[in-house]
Amino acid sequence: MAKIIVVTSGKGGVGKTTSSAAIGTGLALSGHKTVIVDFDIGLRNLDLIMGCERRVVYDFVNVINGEANLKQTLIKDKRVENLFILPASQTRDKDALTKEGVEKVLNELAKDFEFIICDSPAGIEAGAMMALYFADEAVVVTNPEVSSVRDSDRILGMLSSKSRRAERNEDAIKEHLLLTRYNPERVAKGEMLSVEDVQEILAIPLIGVIPESQAVLNASNSGQPVTLDQESDAGQAYLDTVSRLLGNNVDFRFLTVEKKGLLKRIFGG
Amino acid sequence: MSLLDYFRSTKKKTASTAKERLQIIVAHERNRRSGPDYLPQLERDILEVIRKYVDIPADQISVSLEQRSDELSVLELNVSFPDEKR
Repeated sequence: MAKIIVVTSGKGGVGKTTSSAAIGTGLALSGHKTVIVDFDIGLRNLDLIMGCERRVVYDFVNVINGEANLKQTLIKDKRVENLFILPASQTRDKDALTKEGVEKVLNELAKDFEFIICDSPAGIEAGAMMALYFADEAVVVTNPEVSSVRDSDRILGMLSSKSRRAERNEDAIKEHLLLTRYNPERVAKGEMLSVEDVQEILAIPLIGVIPESQAVLNASNSGQPVTLDQESDAGQAYLDTVSRLLGNNVDFRFLTVEKKGLLKRIFGG
Repeated sequence: MSLLDYFRSTKKKTASTAKERLQIIVAHERNRRSGPDYLPQLERDILEVIRKYVDIPADQISVSLEQRSDELSVLELNVSFPDEKR
């Protein structure tokens, strides 16, 4: 039985697509057949982050409308075994995704894949609602910053009231907090909300903390999911996150500032 | 914190301000979410009625519905009137 995981946040620009790409790639690296589905109709970007933008022929909406089948549309990753991408369309029609259509496609994917990662668009409009509707689990991507935390809380409200599981009175969607752009130095200075602060406000279990890192922009510049950069702090933090998603108990890393020498301690810097 | 920082003024850190503001607004919004859809409109209507008599700002009124048991819900209305002595 495939597990459907939505990567969502409410607020834009917090790292949903980066996280979808990194987590999907990590799951495939661990040997699980995974597809990442771009739900951002009209503003597709997952293809660019995954580095397969020139291989898009058909898209999600084509499949729903019966203009292409899944086999023609899915893009197989050239670097990682077991990894596929379903690109969003560039059409501006935001009503292109119907509940019935999405359900049909997800059911078909579920026959073939272990994990279906739904990369949600920002906001709380139809596209974001569609991305979370069928989910079994949710990764709520949050920056340690007031507007992101507030929007995450709104999305948590949606997850518990507007999903299929909520409508059918089934077990609630399993929620996970993924804190991204975390800067331990600023936290230590009292300039940034800490992991504990955000956790206390949102009150959901923590699945990962991704440090603010040069590696993320470098990865997106070159169309490589950051989990492929296993030397980098962000890549390692995402791999830890994936391991926790798979049920392993992994210690959190990159939460504290590296120890400074005595001179630096005295004179700051 | 470095030694130099130690002698600088100990102004309140912005992160703790952020946390306090978030705790308040998130609690407020959760409360509102859990209530019925008509609550915000009810709040506006009550505010309009009171404003016919006393000029109060919009944030001086709060309406919440609390489910006490299966048969009993209590509508709680809180209005702060402005200071009269001036």
